[in-house]
Amino acid sequence: MSDAPILSVAGLRKAYGALTVTDDVSFDVRPGELHAIIGPNGAGKTTLIHQLSGSLRSDAGRVSFAGEDITRLDMVERVRRGVARSFQITSVLEGFSVLENAALAVQARSGSSFRFFAPAAREAQLNALAMDALARVQLDDRAQRRAGSLSHGEKRKLEIAIALASGARLLLLDEPLAGAGKEETAVLVELMQDLKQTHTIVLIEHDMEAVFALADQVSVLVYGRMIATGTAASVRSDPDVRAAYLGEEEAA
Amino acid sequence: MSAASQVSPAATPGVAEHRQGGMLAGRGAAMAAAVIFLLLALLPLAATALNDPFLMVTATRIMIFALAALSLDLVLGYGAMVSFGHAAFIGIGAYAVAILSANGVGDILVQAIAAVAASALFALVTGAISLRTRGVYFIMITLAFGQMAYFFMVSLSAYGGDDGITLPARSTLFGAPLLDDDMALFYAVLAVLILAFAGLRAVVASRFGRVLRGTRDNAQRMQAIGFSPFRYQLTAYVMAGAIAGIAGVFLANQAEFVSPAYMTWQRSGELIVMVVLGGMGTLVGAIAGAIAFLLVEDWLAIFSEHWKLGLGILLVLLVLFTRGGIVGGVERLTGRSQP
Repeated sequence: MSDAPILSVAGLRKAYGALTVTDDVSFDVRPGELHAIIGPNGAGKTTLIHQLSGSLRSDAGRVSFAGEDITRLDMVERVRRGVARSFQITSVLEGFSVLENAALAVQARSGSSFRFFAPAAREAQLNALAMDALARVQLDDRAQRRAGSLSHGEKRKLEIAIALASGARLLLLDEPLAGAGKEETAVLVELMQDLKQTHTIVLIEHDMEAVFALADQVSVLVYGRMIATGTAASVRSDPDVRAAYLGEEEAA
Repeated sequence: MSAASQVSPAATPGVAEHRQGGMLAGRGAAMAAAVIFLLLALLPLAATALNDPFLMVTATRIMIFALAALSLDLVLGYGAMVSFGHAAFIGIGAYAVAILSANGVGDILVQAIAAVAASALFALVTGAISLRTRGVYFIMITLAFGQMAYFFMVSLSAYGGDDGITLPARSTLFGAPLLDDDMALFYAVLAVLILAFAGLRAVVASRFGRVLRGTRDNAQRMQAIGFSPFRYQLTAYVMAGAIAGIAGVFLANQAEFVSPAYMTWQRSGELIVMVVLGGMGTLVGAIAGAIAFLLVEDWLAIFSEHWKLGLGILLVLLVLFTRGGIVGGVERLTGRSQP
């Protein structure tokens, strides 16, 4: 049972004119796994996240989640089924409180939002679940702050808290460490270690140290093609990968 | 509370915007509105004391446009939809009164129901189409629909066409000519204005309003947590259209005359100016903006027939030197920080 993949991607394609950005990508993610996707700049990692989250339509191929074909579903439908993404460039509601950012994600999955008179900010149920998500990323003490006033690292945490609050089972994290300093990175890596206990995660990340510390499986994307998939150790020793990618990093 | 005080005062446009967003949660807006409503409620006393019945007529007209501006603030200020055809809804509401009373239906409740139904339906159809576009295209398409409504009424020769139509009488309530008295009409409009303000204040703080505000700030984020903006924006658009239709019912009664001039694109533009002038996304700002705009208009008209030039200059100065309109200015003067 646990061996049945929760996310299954087969033959996924996306091309912009002559430029193939996602070229026949296939991989499986089993429940509870953290599957990292690495690759040099321009490899098509973010495009792949867009395709998985449903914000970008694929030209061909199939995406299945929990046994259901979700290829034709848009982002809103996929979120409802439990696939949530974070953004590479922080995308929180800056003018809202930290709590409301998370509470809105809870609201999206709890009852109708066509309610016009009761003040939403005072809905205890929404706020309680939102606080749970914030506590998970250690932002509960910032709940009443305006999201725009958070530090960069805190906003990265809020991104993750919002995805958690949406009730997702599968988190698609698009470079959660982007722009984070050394200390912030350590905190975020620890946070993702914790998330692994409860969530399946597809992680796109540039920070190799973090990837090899966290990932159960690593896939390497180069020019839209997946040239290797396997455990961190096996990918690390793969000669193609070393040539295409890791070599550059180590030389740099 | 402490969080708010850590935010530096409006140093960037972004911050200014968010201060407006926070306004609805604050008591400041409600207090300001209460003061405005109280002064309005006392106005008839002043009119009697000064023996100036025209004061009440002007105030009634101002409140009617405040009601329309209030509804526009829901789509413009909270929904970030720059609707350039909002006057069409006023016109539809006004024509509902004119057409029904020309056909012997003078009861205001029947007229109001017809006005709300017609303007809401027009909003539903045009909104569903317009909301497929964004930005400048949304402005253009709402403008186009507004002009279509305008030219339809111009060509409606049975009801006066371009010249408009005079009402046989003001509307009645259960057969009683209650609104014939200017003071009764004044208080009826004031009551509806207060009701609309209180209702919309609840709406923008509700679940629905929170989705609307979230979509205004970051539509992509809202989709990523599972909200499709379209349904919420369309609902807001229809609600605003219906309220503007009510404003039209009162406008027809106040003037006892209806013409296509009510629904020109200039009128729609003026409504936008009222909302921006007062401060978008605050509700109380729309009311203050309508009052300021129409008073300045009247006042400038005394000095010169070229008063629109003066109005233009005032607007340019206001946009350049104040952020957040009248509400933003008052906030800075009182140093009130918003939660």
